[in-house]
Amino acid sequence: MQTQKPLEQAGHVPATAVEESAPVIALKHPVRNAIAVLIVVVAALAAIDVALNDRYHWDVVASYLFAPRILTGAVLTLVLTLVSMSVGISLGAVLAIMRLSENPILSMIARAYIWFFRGTPLLVQLIFWYNIAALYPVIALGLPFGGPSMVLGSANVLISPLGAALLGLSLNEAAYMAEIIRGGIGSVDRVQYDASKALGMSGSKLMRRIILPQAMRVVLPPTGNQVISMLKGTSLVSVLAISDLLYSAQIIYSENYQTIPLLIVASLWYLLMTTILSFFQEKLERHYGRGFDSVIKRKRSRKVRSA
Amino acid sequence: MSTAMVEAKGVRKSYGNLEILKGIDLRVEHGSVTCLIGPSGSGKTTFLRCINHLEKINAGRLYVDGSLVGYEERNGRLHEMRDKATAASRRASGMVFQRFNLFPHMTIMGNIIEAPIQVQGRPRKEIIAEAQVLLDRVGLGDRGRSYPQELSGGQQQRVAIARALAMKPKLMLFDEPTSALDPELVGEVLDVMKDLAEEGMSMVVVTHELAFARQVADHVIFMDQGVVVESGPPSQVLDDPQHERTKAFLSKVL
Repeated sequence: MQTQKPLEQAGHVPATAVEESAPVIALKHPVRNAIAVLIVVVAALAAIDVALNDRYHWDVVASYLFAPRILTGAVLTLVLTLVSMSVGISLGAVLAIMRLSENPILSMIARAYIWFFRGTPLLVQLIFWYNIAALYPVIALGLPFGGPSMVLGSANVLISPLGAALLGLSLNEAAYMAEIIRGGIGSVDRVQYDASKALGMSGSKLMRRIILPQAMRVVLPPTGNQVISMLKGTSLVSVLAISDLLYSAQIIYSENYQTIPLLIVASLWYLLMTTILSFFQEKLERHYGRGFDSVIKRKRSRKVRSA
Repeated sequence: MSTAMVEAKGVRKSYGNLEILKGIDLRVEHGSVTCLIGPSGSGKTTFLRCINHLEKINAGRLYVDGSLVGYEERNGRLHEMRDKATAASRRASGMVFQRFNLFPHMTIMGNIIEAPIQVQGRPRKEIIAEAQVLLDRVGLGDRGRSYPQELSGGQQQRVAIARALAMKPKLMLFDEPTSALDPELVGEVLDVMKDLAEEGMSMVVVTHELAFARQVADHVIFMDQGVVVESGPPSQVLDDPQHERTKAFLSKVL
């Protein structure tokens, strides 16, 4: 009997039929909204305090923001990042392909490389390259087992502090990039190889045209992370007395004792550079997301761009 | 005897100790349509993949249009070719897969022109014009700029057929081309295949569509457990099977 009651009520519904076409009223979130407002208020108060607190010495920050020494440091940091990343990515790609090779010796060599360079601290590697002259005073090209050789020069001259920094950063980065690229290649569906082979493609063309572009989608986000941590990681080279951005700031505050303002100057430049790099990362991700992102997402981003 | 489009003599294939193909002998004549049917695990897909050397064979000879694919015969023994030579020897045949396997990062037009441009190195303009004709032929002339994931399964499979045809193959291999499709999309793909057969394309089709086999095939081959059990025209194999295993299979499928 109970089941019949709702049916009878349903019979009365036509009286309110007009309201059926009215839009549904969305659920309200009063607590969530209150928390959001609270956070905005706290953040605003903190920002005002930072801006008005004299002890930050914003005037000092402003006067050093475009100081020549800071600018040269920023350029050097950027160059270190770009060169080490380029070498790291190229060598990493080679290592990834070696690691995936059917030849067990090639695969083992790549594994050992990755094991060693990921397993020891970057700082130690940098100092090692810096002091390479202590182990090998002279660098020469020659045949093994006492064959003739051609002396290229003293290690101290050939491997300058900057050279040691680039060598250390690049070789270390290659180990990480190798694993990222290997993961990307592994993420591409095996049937893509069948499809391209059946069309008569092979070797490097198959890799370059079909597999790597699809791997890029998976490779890019962690690579973006690597670039950004490299940008900040270059500050380690200050131990080799290379005046990168952070080291330049340190030299200045060791002269005038304005420690905090100069660290703020350096941080602002790091922030600016990471922001620009993230922008390029997003563009690249959109490019390699073609055909994978949903249609709606692509149309939306197109609309945003044209607006 | 003239050369056949496909000729298999005692083709054997195993994975470790598991023998998938136990000596396959068959002939596919030029311009004919052969349907391979049989229960799953019978080796029909493996055999199809051997025809264009996506799988290596362990013994026997497999000729496509009179030449070995992926091997060279020297002193009575088969030697594996290098990848580049294999790729070149594969170009006589085009293949269509169960799961379409379009290149997701390229547009429909990009999918079709990719191999002709990269592999045959013919002028781009000429290839694009041909690709447009192929797209029109499979009824997708206006979708060249779309990406594969924006198309239905049936449309993707028709693009896959156009992509294979763009290489101007003499032989088309179909690996269960309608098995991954929603039932209402099967017809549009079969229609394209029927047109292709009528135009005289040599085709080998692994399929569960017995109605298609009956209507289009010149030759039906029933495989089970790695051997050819029975072969002949569809009227014989499908309607008047001689072997118990064929009868048992057909009674389950029909």
